[in-house]
Amino acid sequence: MLKINDLHISVGDKEIVKGLSLEIKPGETHAIMGLNGAGKSTLAATIAGRDDYDVTSGSIEFEGKDLLELEPHERVGEGLFLGFQYPVEIPGVSNLNFLRTALNSIRKYRGLDEMSAAEFMKLVREKAKALNMDPEMLKRFVNVGFSGGEKKRNEMVQMAVLDPKLAILDETDSGLDIDALKTVAEGINAQRRDDTAILLITHYQRLLSYVQPDVVHVMIDGRIVKSGGKELALELEEKGYADVA
Amino acid sequence: MAGTAEAQKQIAEVTGDYKYGFVTDIDMDMAPKGLSEEVIRFISAKKEEPEWMLEWRLKAYAMWLKMEEPDWAKVSFPKIDYQDAYYFAAPKKKDGPKSLDEVDPELLATYEKLGIPIREQEVLAGVQGSAKVAVDAVFDSVSVATTFREELKKAGVIFMSISEAIREYPDMVKKYLASVVPVRDNYFAALNCAVFTDGTFVYVPKGVRCPMELSTYFRINAENTGQFERTLIVADEGSYVSYLEGCTAPMRDENQLHAAVVELVALDDAEIKYSTVQNWYPGDKNGKGGIYNFVTKRALCKGKNSKVSWTQVETGSAVTWKYPSCVLAGEGSVGEFYSVAVTNNYQQADTGTKMIHMAPNTRSTIISKGISAGKSQNTYRGLVKVLSGAENVRNYTQCDSLLVSSECGAHTVPYIEVKNPTAQIEHEATTSKISEDQLFYCRARGLGEEEAVAMIVNGFCKEVMQHLPMEFAVEAQKLLGISLEGSVG
Repeated sequence: MLKINDLHISVGDKEIVKGLSLEIKPGETHAIMGLNGAGKSTLAATIAGRDDYDVTSGSIEFEGKDLLELEPHERVGEGLFLGFQYPVEIPGVSNLNFLRTALNSIRKYRGLDEMSAAEFMKLVREKAKALNMDPEMLKRFVNVGFSGGEKKRNEMVQMAVLDPKLAILDETDSGLDIDALKTVAEGINAQRRDDTAILLITHYQRLLSYVQPDVVHVMIDGRIVKSGGKELALELEEKGYADVA
Repeated sequence: MAGTAEAQKQIAEVTGDYKYGFVTDIDMDMAPKGLSEEVIRFISAKKEEPEWMLEWRLKAYAMWLKMEEPDWAKVSFPKIDYQDAYYFAAPKKKDGPKSLDEVDPELLATYEKLGIPIREQEVLAGVQGSAKVAVDAVFDSVSVATTFREELKKAGVIFMSISEAIREYPDMVKKYLASVVPVRDNYFAALNCAVFTDGTFVYVPKGVRCPMELSTYFRINAENTGQFERTLIVADEGSYVSYLEGCTAPMRDENQLHAAVVELVALDDAEIKYSTVQNWYPGDKNGKGGIYNFVTKRALCKGKNSKVSWTQVETGSAVTWKYPSCVLAGEGSVGEFYSVAVTNNYQQADTGTKMIHMAPNTRSTIISKGISAGKSQNTYRGLVKVLSGAENVRNYTQCDSLLVSSECGAHTVPYIEVKNPTAQIEHEATTSKISEDQLFYCRARGLGEEEAVAMIVNGFCKEVMQHLPMEFAVEAQKLLGISLEGSVG
C-alpha cells in the first residue's frame, strides 16, 4: 500500500530524514518509535504533503501512485489520513460542518455524489458514540476550547468518518490519561481491517499495549535503524534507545 | 455561441469567476451624456415628477457644484470626470407595461440568470422552501418590477419604487426625504440628490410586523452609466421590517460610479433590520474596471427604544467608501453594525460606521470583520460619539482583520469622542495572518486550497453572517468563497 524508498527530507539546509525506506501492506499496523528530533513528525507531515519540507531524493508511492506529485487534498482523496499531534483550532467552524465538507470533498474527488444531510448525521452520530464523544461536541467549533484528550478523540472521530485506507497517527497517544488512551486505542483497532493499514508514530510503548503492531521500527537521527515484531517495543522500553540500536 | 462561452470562461479565469458579469442587450432610453441643469430637468421629466421635486434637485445640484470631492478615505483612484458619464439609462418602455407579462422578456431573462425572483410564484434561486421575499428590481436608472405589492398592502405596508412614491405619497416623501442625510451632508450625497433616478420606498405602519422580507435588487447594465439610487424606509411606532439589498454589474474595463443614499427612520419601539450583500463587479485581476461604490447610509433612531441593525457583506466594487451609521436620538434606542468586507486583487475598501449617541441609555454594537487578499487595501473606519447630555451610553466595538496574502493591507481607524463621563465604551481589535497550520489541517482533511481558505474565512466571519436573514446566509457564504478565489499562492 505504502512504499517509501531511500527518502531524504530537508528543512532549509538541514537534513532531517536521511535515507528512509519502509513498506506497509494492506492489513498491517506498523509503529515507528523514536526520540524527539528523530524525524518522525517530519516524515508524517511529508507523507501528508506539508510544503515546509523538501524531499531532496527518494520516493513515496501509495497504491502505485507517486504521492509526491499529488496535492495534500488529493492524497486524502486517494485514501490517506494524518492524525495530528497538535490538532488545530478553527474558530467559527462547527465540527459537523468541517467533517461534512471534508467528507464531501473526498467523495467529490472520487467521483461520488455528496452524502445527504440525514445520512451524514447518522454516520457521524454512530462514530461519535462508538468513541464516547458527547454529541454536543459535534456542534462546537473545531477543537476550540477542547482539552488535549478531547482533541485526540476528535481526530479519531474524523478518522472513523472519513474511513481512510492508510491512517498515519502522529503521537496520538501523547497527553492522554488512561481512559482516553483506551478509547483512542479502540478507535484505532476499529479501523484495522484486511484492506486498511495503520502507521503509528510514538515515543512510548504504552499505546502499543492496546494496539498491537505487526511491525515496530526504531528511528534514530532520520533513519530506521532496526525493525522487528511487537516485542521490539518492549525491549526499547526496558533497555532504552541507545542499547537497542 | 461556442466562441462566446469560451470567452466567458477565459474572463472567469482572470477575474476569479465573477458570474454576474454578463451584459443584457436591450433598447435603452438615455439622457444626454454629462451633467447639467438640462440633464436634471430631463431626468425629472422622464420620471414625470412634480415641480417641487425638480426644484429640490436643482437646489442640490447648485450645492454640489460648490462642494469638493472628499479625499480623507484610504483609497486612491484616478480623478472622476463627471461629464463623461450618463446619468439616466432606462430600458425602453412599450407604452407603460404594468403587469409582469408585458415586461421585456430580455429583462425577465436577466433576473432569471441572476437568480432574482421577480415573479411572485418564484422563490429565491437555489433555496428550497424559503420564505416569501418581496422584490423591487432596479435596472440601471429605473425600477422594473415590484412584487407582492397587493399582499403587502393588505398589511398596510407600502413597498414601491421611490419614483412612484414621489407621485403617490408626496407628503410622506417630503417629510422624510433628506431628513436623515441632509442634501449637503457630503459630496456624493449632494450629487445623488441632484440626479437620483430610482430606488425603493417602504413605509410600515404603526404596530405592523411586515409579513415578509423586503428586498431591492440593483443591477447596473448600461455602459458609462452611473447608478444613483435612493432608498427611504420609515418604520412607524412599534413596527418591524427586515430589508435586504443585493447588487451586481457587468464586467467592463471602465470604472462606473454608484453613489446611493439610504435613509432609515425608526419611530418609537420600531425596529429595522437592513442587510446588504454587495457584489458589484470588483474589476479584473489587474485592477482594471470595477464599480466605484460611494454610498451614504444612515439611520435615525428617532423614537424611544427604537432599533436599527445594519448587516453588510461587501465583496464587490473596485473602490468602496461606505459607513452605514445610526443616529441614536430616541432614549434607549439601539444601533448595531455587523460587517464583513472582503477585498482581493486591487480592490480598496474604506468602510465602517458611525454611532452617534444623542440620547440617554442608548446602546450600540459594532462587529467588523475585514479580510484582505491579493494586493488589496481594507480599512475599517468608525466613529463612536457620545454627546454631553447622553447619560449611561454603552458601546461595544470589535474589529478583526484577517490577512490572506503577504502583499495586502488591513487598517483600523477608530475615532472615539465621548462628552459624557457615564459612558462605557469598549474597543477590541485584532489583526492576524491566515494560519498555515489551519490551512494545512483543512487540506489534510481533503479540502482544496481555496476551499480551505473559504472555510477558515467563513469561520472568521461567523459572528456577522449569523445576522443575515436565513435565505441569504447560504448565498453570502458561497460568495465569500468565490471572492477569494485565486487569492492563495
